[in-house]
Amino acid sequence: MKKAFKMPGFAIGFTMATVFVLAAFLSFFWTPYAVDGVDIANKLLAPSGTNWFGTDHLGRDIFSMVMVGARTSIAVAIVAVGIGVLLGVPLGLAAAARQGSLLDEVIMRGNDLIFAFPALLIAILITAVFGASAVNAIIAIGIFNIPVFARISRGAALSLWTRDFVLAARVAGKGRVRISFEHILPNITNLLIVQGTIQFSLGILAEAALSYIGLGAQIPTPSWGRMLADSQTMVSFAPHLAIFPGMAIIFTVLGLNLMGDALRDLFDPKQRRDRQ
Amino acid sequence: MLRFILKRLLSLGLSLIAASVVIFFAIEIIPGDPARLMLGINATQDAVDALRSQMGLDQGLLPRYWLWVSGLVQGDFGISYTYRVPVAEMVQGRVWVSLPLALYALGLSTLIAFPIGILAASRRGTWADWLVMGGTQLGIAIPNFWFAMLAVSLLAIKYRLFSAGGFPGWEDPFLAIKALTMPAFVLALPQASILARVMRSALLDTLSEDFMRTARAKGRTVRGALVHHALRNAMIPVLTILGLQFSFLLAGAIIIEKIFFLPGLGSMIFTAITQRDLIVVESVVMLLVFAVIIVTFIVDITYALVDPRLRRRP
Repeated sequence: MKKAFKMPGFAIGFTMATVFVLAAFLSFFWTPYAVDGVDIANKLLAPSGTNWFGTDHLGRDIFSMVMVGARTSIAVAIVAVGIGVLLGVPLGLAAAARQGSLLDEVIMRGNDLIFAFPALLIAILITAVFGASAVNAIIAIGIFNIPVFARISRGAALSLWTRDFVLAARVAGKGRVRISFEHILPNITNLLIVQGTIQFSLGILAEAALSYIGLGAQIPTPSWGRMLADSQTMVSFAPHLAIFPGMAIIFTVLGLNLMGDALRDLFDPKQRRDRQ
Repeated sequence: MLRFILKRLLSLGLSLIAASVVIFFAIEIIPGDPARLMLGINATQDAVDALRSQMGLDQGLLPRYWLWVSGLVQGDFGISYTYRVPVAEMVQGRVWVSLPLALYALGLSTLIAFPIGILAASRRGTWADWLVMGGTQLGIAIPNFWFAMLAVSLLAIKYRLFSAGGFPGWEDPFLAIKALTMPAFVLALPQASILARVMRSALLDTLSEDFMRTARAKGRTVRGALVHHALRNAMIPVLTILGLQFSFLLAGAIIIEKIFFLPGLGSMIFTAITQRDLIVVESVVMLLVFAVIIVTFIVDITYALVDPRLRRRP
């Protein structure tokens, strides 16, 4: 971890992402103004000392709404990545443990099938069936994460299965399942952390997009995507309505991607040799 | 090569069947009777029953699936619950907005990404490389619908720099392409950023290869060696990403179409969802998935053409 902070990319990205995690956390206890406080007299104020990001068409403080919106983005992304890891990694490990078997074939072709449905189409199908909500958005993004994690864990696990320490474990009489969890999994954690960071930022973008088109978070759940959708008709005379939630998305995603790239460089010995 | 293509064709067919099963049953579990929905709550039971049998809804699941799939194969997508016109007719006009838009964006993405990816690789570590890496990092982080929204509201409506949206049809191809340019550019931006980064790292990966050292020893400049020798080797990862991007562009077009008021499949699917016109949702999703699977197939075949070693891989 110490090494990571010596990389400028990681340090900058980590700081950017932490700002938003802290903002989301803080919003549970304190926001400058109440996000449900309608104050028509002060509607559409430009950013100022009292309202840092200005106010919206109902006089609500945009800064407070961006803080609360961070919660939704982070929660959706965390759960969606969690679904991908919890289901995808065991599937990938199982496929690798029985390489070339029917199980491997079924798992990998199933992955291909999910890949054929872009996340947005899965979301559209799910919303058409179950209705729009933040939970359904999480499921849609999560389903899309499963093949991503299955694929990279299978790929990494396959090369580990040929290594001597795995052979030693087999000679010691350990079964395939135990080897997968005790010897393979710890060795692919770095890879999973890198991919997790990247999927996390993709999840935030996807949540924003789904909420923007009305298939994600519904009123009254605050969300950056919904703030953008609400501002749509007013952008030409009150651009701050769209600029700040948009900047929040860019800032968070950029931070996470910088972190992910730095971690990949750190963990990937090939790249490290390259740099020297 | 023939064996390879046959194998790929088989897996293409299986993917299509699996996709159709998933979509059909996803829509099937929705509660509610489409016939009742079409006729309204005042319709008599007899009328509803008659319509049900006319639509084939009184049959079992399997015959209905068969009916839907065999219809799809013949270009019969069923009849819209809301508009009572064949879905195929509704789709026809709109495909010629969505598909050109996605292809246009794919073209733009390639045109932007290749030169700057090659530039960054050949000037590795210089300010040009840093600029490309920083710019593309930003390009990935910017949500394209946000960018589109600001472009329409500020550049088009406030400063009137270009048309705010709408589509004049293909009678005048120049006007049609003009109307698609801004949406395609917005759509291409994040994809071009990703592609440029992949291009750069794929080129850099080949730098340590023996053939590159030979090329340099023969007197090629770094850029000459990259363009003449490394590019073809770097094409495998680039093609993979290009194939994946097409599916993202097609799906992403759904949102961008909405912002630019383009009468494509995207706006159609949204209206269909709000009206619970499920047969339209079902058919359009199937059509989009079909397009994605076909593109994946084409990419696989192209791989084998670019890199003969892959033909032997199962």
